[in-house]
Amino acid sequence: MEFLGLYNYWVFAVLLMTGLYAVMSKANLIKKLIGMSIFQSAVFLLYITMSKVEGGTAPILQPDAVDQLYSNPLPQVLILTAIVVGIATLSLGLAIVVRISEVYGTIEEDEIRELDGE
Amino acid sequence: MITLFGVFVSTLLVITAIGMVRSQNLFGAVMLTGLFSLQMAVIFFILDAADVALTEAAVGAGVATVLLLSALALTSDEEARRRRRRWVAMTVVSATTLMVIYATFDQPRLGDPEAPVHQHVAPWYLAETPRLIDVPNVVTAVLASFRGYDTLGELFVIFTAGIGVMFILADGREKGRLSLLPSPDAQGLRHHLVPRVVGRLLVPFIVLFGLYVQFHADFGPGGGFQAGALISAGMILYALLEGESAALRAVSFQALAGMIAGGAFLFVAVGVAGMMLGGHFLDYSVLSSDPVVGQHLGIFLVELGVGITVTGVLLTIFHALSARVQRS
Repeated sequence: MEFLGLYNYWVFAVLLMTGLYAVMSKANLIKKLIGMSIFQSAVFLLYITMSKVEGGTAPILQPDAVDQLYSNPLPQVLILTAIVVGIATLSLGLAIVVRISEVYGTIEEDEIRELDGE
Repeated sequence: MITLFGVFVSTLLVITAIGMVRSQNLFGAVMLTGLFSLQMAVIFFILDAADVALTEAAVGAGVATVLLLSALALTSDEEARRRRRRWVAMTVVSATTLMVIYATFDQPRLGDPEAPVHQHVAPWYLAETPRLIDVPNVVTAVLASFRGYDTLGELFVIFTAGIGVMFILADGREKGRLSLLPSPDAQGLRHHLVPRVVGRLLVPFIVLFGLYVQFHADFGPGGGFQAGALISAGMILYALLEGESAALRAVSFQALAGMIAGGAFLFVAVGVAGMMLGGHFLDYSVLSSDPVVGQHLGIFLVELGVGITVTGVLLTIFHALSARVQRS
């Protein structure tokens, strides 16, 4: 079971690079944005994995519990706000994609580049 | 047992992510993003991050899916199939994955209480919250009080993104006013009996739960960010069922614009009030004669401001996108 202690970090590595792969190799702009949000979620997973304390519980203090361990609240705060910022930036990206689609009639990166070249 | 369950869900998460990237059909990929967020929320919950799980479920599985679907309706839901040279990307990505995995062997094991991250300020937050702020939920205390500056910054990022979407999608041809209004004949799912009856039943409970999460943040998981996402998810469901114009009759576009600015203003105003009363910016202790009561008051107002702005921004973005769908 010892090796499972690092499993979440491996999932983080694979997700991070899956997202990066989509951003780099996909021509479709919406696909790129989806890749970006996978990348983002991978970072969220990294932070929350670090916040966990063995035998701990969610950082909501219980007055009558003695010697209760709590997980680290700080990474949770950072990620909590980052998720909502993530949806805001995703929407901004989607709005730009929508405008691009209206002007160029396509959301494929290479077709847009061809149209620009003429 | 719970460890094995975590391993199972995170494996599913990786499979879902690969499915999202590989799927040629964008509609399928967007549906998978909803599933992805839900699995992510389960993992957050297993890792003791109840607040984060709540946010991820409301934002990722609720709002983000709807926004992506609106964008698909405006563009195309099929990815063009073409042969591209993918091996460069594949090589870079595989090499980096292996390097990151190699680096993880120096990481502390999951749940190690001796990990460096648990040594610095976190024990202080956990030890001092009962004395200084006296709310059970340390996440809320850190978010709204100890790291209030940070939260203010994040709120302004959301505020800016909302304004950005309004500028990009508003119709410039109509002078003098932003035209984000949908056409009045938008019917939503009004003619579909089952979603309408079941959905209408859900809407008040979603909004009520959002309000509970907003005002109960001191004692349980919750706060302005989660509440904003939940309430806007409820309102978006209403808009999908009854048509956007019905939703805009309930909360008009002007009201939404006021909410975006008003919530951010409330946050700053609480900070400035602290300065006026002789403290520092965002120091709530001076808001009342008893510092702890002042902290409670400050946290309540700040969380309210966050909730109002987040609701306003998410709903405005939704209306801006869906108004375009109807005009096209």
